[in-house]
Amino acid sequence: MAAPASTQTVDLIARFPGMVTADTRPGFTGFIVNKENLLEVAVAIRDEFGYDLLTAVTGVDYLAENKMEVVYHAFKTTGGAGLIFRVQVERVDPIEVPSLTGIWPGADFQEREAWDLLGIKFTGHPDLRRILMWEGYEGHPLRKDWKEAFYEEEVKPFKSRWPDGQHIYSEFKNPFRDNLNFPKDFDPEKYEPENEKDLYASLENHTLKGEGGLKTDQIVVNMGPHHPSTHGVLRVAVTLEGETIMGLKPVMGYLHRNHDKIGERNTYLQTIPYTDRLDYFNSMSNNFGYVTTVEKLMNIPVAERAEYIRVIMAELSRIQNHLIFIGMLMNDLGTMYTPSLYVFEERELILDIFEAVSGARMMCNYYRFGGVVRDIPDDILQRIKDLVVERIPAKTDEMERFLNDNEILVGRLKGVHLINAEDAIKYSITGPVLRAAGVPYDLRRADPYSIYDRFDFDVAVRYNGDMMDNYLIRFDEIRQSLRIIEQALKQIPQGPINSQKPAYQVRVPAGEAYGRIESPKGELAFYVVSNGKPNPYRYHVRPASFVNLTAIEHICRGAKIQDFVALLAMLDIVMGELDR
Amino acid sequence: MENEKLSLPNYNIPEDIQNVVAITTLDRLYNWGRRSSVWPLMFGLACCAIEMIAAQTARYDMARFGMEVMRPTPRQADMMLVSGTVTKKMLPAIIRLYNQMPEPKYVVAMGACASSGGPFKEGYNVVAGIDKFLPVDVYIPGCPPTPQALIAGMIKLQEKIDKQSIKTVRWYDKNKADSNYVPMPILGPDLIDVRRNAEYKKAAATQTTQESA
Repeated sequence: MAAPASTQTVDLIARFPGMVTADTRPGFTGFIVNKENLLEVAVAIRDEFGYDLLTAVTGVDYLAENKMEVVYHAFKTTGGAGLIFRVQVERVDPIEVPSLTGIWPGADFQEREAWDLLGIKFTGHPDLRRILMWEGYEGHPLRKDWKEAFYEEEVKPFKSRWPDGQHIYSEFKNPFRDNLNFPKDFDPEKYEPENEKDLYASLENHTLKGEGGLKTDQIVVNMGPHHPSTHGVLRVAVTLEGETIMGLKPVMGYLHRNHDKIGERNTYLQTIPYTDRLDYFNSMSNNFGYVTTVEKLMNIPVAERAEYIRVIMAELSRIQNHLIFIGMLMNDLGTMYTPSLYVFEERELILDIFEAVSGARMMCNYYRFGGVVRDIPDDILQRIKDLVVERIPAKTDEMERFLNDNEILVGRLKGVHLINAEDAIKYSITGPVLRAAGVPYDLRRADPYSIYDRFDFDVAVRYNGDMMDNYLIRFDEIRQSLRIIEQALKQIPQGPINSQKPAYQVRVPAGEAYGRIESPKGELAFYVVSNGKPNPYRYHVRPASFVNLTAIEHICRGAKIQDFVALLAMLDIVMGELDR
Repeated sequence: MENEKLSLPNYNIPEDIQNVVAITTLDRLYNWGRRSSVWPLMFGLACCAIEMIAAQTARYDMARFGMEVMRPTPRQADMMLVSGTVTKKMLPAIIRLYNQMPEPKYVVAMGACASSGGPFKEGYNVVAGIDKFLPVDVYIPGCPPTPQALIAGMIKLQEKIDKQSIKTVRWYDKNKADSNYVPMPILGPDLIDVRRNAEYKKAAATQTTQESA
C-alpha cells in the first residue's frame, strides 16, 4: 500500500500564483481559491493533477468572520489522500459562487443542498432549486443566525435539562404553539402556495423532445412519495412518451430530519446515536464513520481489540445490507416476498449478534471515541464464527443457486445498462455501483482506514456496468466480508476496548476533519469543523445514497419505465441517509 | 384468550356442536370479523418501517394475528401504521392517504418519532407527533420498537376494536359524517395547518423578528 500522500504535495500555489493561497488556519489544510478563478483551477485539479472524483461539496457559515465558505473534497480514483480546496466569499446576500456542475456533474445535488440549507447561490447551475425543504420555505436553516422554532440554546446540554432539570415543553415557548416559525404579519389565508411550478418547469426544461421514436403525447407521472418500490419516501416526477422515460426529476426531503442542524447543537458524544439513524440498515457503519472522523480531529489512538471488534461489526453490517439489497431487488422485480423471507432470516441472525453486543437490534450506538462501548463475550465471538464460517456462506451459495439462472431475473438484469465507468466517476458515484462499472475503488484499499490494511481480501470488481453485474457484485462483496471477519476472528487480541476513559465530554482541538469509510452503499463521509468547544461548529454528513442518486436522471433518461424501479433499486438508496 | 372466541361465555353449547353453532351478539360478531383482518397500509416512513417489515417475516410473523395483508393503496386499508418520523414536507401526503382510507380506519403511531417527534423533535422540518393531525389509536414506544413491541401494539388495537359497538361507532353515525376528515395542510413559509389559520395570524402580528435569514 502506498503511503497516503499529504495534500500539500500538490503545488497548486506554484501552478496558479496569485489565484490560490494555502489555508493557514490551525487545524486546516488545503487551499483557498479565488472565487473568480475557481473554474480554471478546478479543471486543472481534475485534468492535470488527476483528482477525478469530487466527493463532497458543502458550505460552512463563519458568522463571526462574516464569511461563507464552500469546501470541496476531491480524490483520485486510483487511491490516496484527497485534495481540499475552498472558496471564501463575503457573507452578504446574494452569496454567489461559480457552480462546478460543468466540470463534475456529481456536484449537482450537493450544490443544491448548499443553496437550500445555507443560501449559497451557485451561478451557472442548471437547476438550482431547493432540494430538501420545499420551495417557498422561509430562510436557510444551516446559517448560524437562523433559529429553528423549538430553539432553546445554541448548544447542548440545555440549561433547562441540566443542571437545573426544569424541562419546559417546547410548544409552550413558541408563539405559534407548535414547531412553526412564520414571518411577521403573515396571513395564512392570503398565502398562495407555490404548488411546485418550478419542479414541473425544470422537468419540462430537462426533457428530451421528439427523440422517443413515437409520436405520442408526453405525460407527466408522479411516483411517490408513497410508493412501495421507491425504497421509502422518495418521489420522482417522470415525463413519459409511451413507455420511454424522457425526463425525470427526483424530489426528496420527505425524510429530512435535520441531522446537520441537530448535530451542531449536540455535543460530540450525543451525535453518535443520531448517526445510527442515518442509514438505518447499517448503524454500525455509520458509527464507524463518525468516530473515525472525530478521532482524526482528536488525534487519539484506538484500542487494539476495539479495532477488530469494529471491523467485525462493520463487515457483518455490510453482509446484512447486501442481503437486504438482494431481497428488496427481488421484490422490485416482482418476486414478491419469497426471496425477502430468505434474506431476512439470515439478517435476523446478524441482528441477534448486534443485540447481544450493543443491546439494540438496529440502533446500536456501539462505537465510542477511542474504542467501543462494551466488550464482546467469547461465546458471541463463537457465534459469529459459526455464522460466518458455516451458515452464511452456505446460504449465500443457496441463494445464488436459486436466483442467478432464473430466466426472468436474467432477462430483467442482463444487458440492461446502468452506468459506465467514465460517467460513474463524473457523477461522483462510489461503492458497489462504481465497482460494478469496472473501477476497483474501495476505500478499504484505496485510502485504508482502521486496520483494513492487515487483512487479505480482494476488492470486488466487475466490468460490464449492467444490472446483472451490479447484482452479482453484492454476492462478491458478501464473500469478501466473510473473509475479513474470519481473519479478524483469528487475530483478535485480548485487552482493553477503549483507549480513553469514558467521558461525557471530549476535548476536540480546533480544526477540520473529513473522515470517510466504505459503507455498504458507498463512501460515507463526515465533515466536522471544531472550534475547540464541546460542540462541533459544523457537522456535515456526506451520504453515499444522496450523491449516488445524482446520476439517476442521467441513468434513466431513455430507459423504459418498467426498468426504472430496478435501476433505482440498484443504486441501493436508503432515505434516512439520503434526506438526513 | 377467552376474548377471541366468537361465542359469549355464558351459554352452554354442547361440545360436539361448538364449531357449528355460536350464540353471540351482533357487536361481537362484527368486531370478531374486523379484528381478525385488519389490513395495514403498506406505508413506511423511516427506520421503524424496517422493523415493520421484520415483524412480517418468518421469525415474528405478524400474520398469526390476522393483519399481514399490507395494501399499497389506501382504499383497501383499514389501518395506517405511521412508522417513522413525520416531516412537514411529507405530512400533506400522509393526510391525503388518511383521507382516502375508508371507514372504519385506525391509526397506530409506531415509535418515538411518530408519537412525539422523538429524538428529532427539535428539527425544523419535523412534526412533533402525528397526533397533531390524525386521531391516534395506539402508541407504540421504542426507537425503533422491536417487532415484538409492534405485535403487542397490534394486539392492543384488537382489544380496542373488541370494545367498540355498532351503536356508537362514528362511521355509522349520520350526524358525524366525515368527522375524521382532516383538511390538507399547506406548505408555505412553514407548515400551515389550515384549521389554525386565525391563531397563526394573531400570533404572527405580534411576532418579533427573531431571525435575519
